[in-house]
Amino acid sequence: MADTHAHTSKADVRGASGPAVTMEGVNKWYAEFHALKDINLSVDRGERIVICGPSGSGKSTLIRCINQLEMIQKGRIVVDDHDLTAGGKNVDIVRQETGMVFQSFNLFPHMTVLENCTLAPMKVRGISKAEAEGTAMQFLERVRIPEQAEKYPAQLSGGQQQRVAIARALCMNPKIMLFDEPTSALDPEMVKEVLDTMIDLANEGMTMLCVTHEMGFARQVADRVIFMDRGEIVEVGAPEDFFNNPQHERTRNFLGQIS
Amino acid sequence: MIRPFGWNEFLIIVMAAQWTIALSAIAFAGGGIGGLLIALARVSDVRPLRLAALGFIRVFQGTPLLMQLFLVFFGMNIFGLAINPWIAATIALTLHASAFLGEIWRGCIEAVPSGQREAATALGLKYYNRMRYIVLPQAARIAVAPTVGFLVQLIKGTSLAAIIGFTELTRQGQIINNATFSPFMVFGTVAVLYFILCWPLSLLARRMELKFSRATQR
Ligand SMILES: Nc1ncnc2c1ncn2[C@@H]1O[C@H](COP(=O)(O)OP(=O)(O)O)[C@@H](O)[C@H]1O
Ligand SMILES: [Mg+2]
Repeated sequence: MADTHAHTSKADVRGASGPAVTMEGVNKWYAEFHALKDINLSVDRGERIVICGPSGSGKSTLIRCINQLEMIQKGRIVVDDHDLTAGGKNVDIVRQETGMVFQSFNLFPHMTVLENCTLAPMKVRGISKAEAEGTAMQFLERVRIPEQAEKYPAQLSGGQQQRVAIARALCMNPKIMLFDEPTSALDPEMVKEVLDTMIDLANEGMTMLCVTHEMGFARQVADRVIFMDRGEIVEVGAPEDFFNNPQHERTRNFLGQIS
Repeated sequence: MIRPFGWNEFLIIVMAAQWTIALSAIAFAGGGIGGLLIALARVSDVRPLRLAALGFIRVFQGTPLLMQLFLVFFGMNIFGLAINPWIAATIALTLHASAFLGEIWRGCIEAVPSGQREAATALGLKYYNRMRYIVLPQAARIAVAPTVGFLVQLIKGTSLAAIIGFTELTRQGQIINNATFSPFMVFGTVAVLYFILCWPLSLLARRMELKFSRATQR
């Protein structure tokens, strides 16, 4: 996929000093419901995190707080040295610098694949249409669907749509990519093409937080695996430790269920 | 003196249809702008804005159009403005259309899946661009059929402006009827003219509806 496979350093070359993401004492409520309980997490630049856990444990909520699709009520979140709790401009900056891929793709159905990819770069970054289209075609090639550029999302398979969604996010040149169960809505035969795209991205050194139950993917690319249950981070570990020697009962139960 | 209902009288009624069309068009254009603002206020994150828009809609949906016409017509007088049926009818019907279109379009905006807004937000698009390029174009597709349907109601609704002395189709019919006393001929003609205005629109609305339901099934 790319010419930069030799990426070894965990430090992002685009400057800035602190971790990619810092969450300190983060608490989130939906009305009365306590969805995130005292979350503490620091993600290094270039680090690949996989988050797993039972349905309703708060995985989506956690990563949606990082680009503030959800607001937190307590604690602090700093993304790429921008403190979200300070609000205002920082939220805009962070959204521009984080890409997100959703379970249900969320492509814009009234726009072609190419238009899906060029809208945000043109309207948010203010770059020209020609330049945006050039970048978009580059990324569509990298996710291996340049020939679909003029089609509408409904004309594509699920796997193709999800790869477009990844390309669309990459067109904004994000520093961090968030994935929320990107393969859960796919037919089994399409899971691999999306995972392969994500593996390529990981190999290029992208900072990634992936909510997924694809444990093969977690073993292959994750630097750390996080297990969540009932709004808490229960266990964090390198994949070998996490899968071979889980410390918590709840983790063992969960791993037993999904494998 | 009673004169017969002839070709001339018929033409006078036909010509009055232009005022019905003009009043409908102005109210629809004004209601389009007002309705968009009302719809956006209804789905806004700002609570007072939401409530104000809701109040506006409830008042105009919960009272007869005739009372709205009366209130604007006589209200203008109270505020020291000259009584003018044209202006009163235009204002009242514009407000009326704003409320109804606002409510119709609110539903259409809310029918756009929330994932669309989230994806746009996650890409860094801000409110104006999210609405302009993502939400409203998708809402507009759903909105065509009910909007045309409302336009039919609005055209028929302009007949009430006759009561405050606005000379459109219905009032011209009354005037001719007073002179000819051929109510069946006169109001038959008036009704046929309304039908000619409204029926193609109803057909269009139905076709749009079919087209949309087929598009969503795909
Ligand atoms: N918008 C919301 N309003 C109320 N409750 C919500 C909302 N979103 C999520 N929740 C609740 O928060 C909990 C965590 O949800 P989520 O983060 O989506 O879990 P997961 O992604 O791990 O399945 C669930 O119990 C869910 O019902
Ligand atoms: Mg989820």
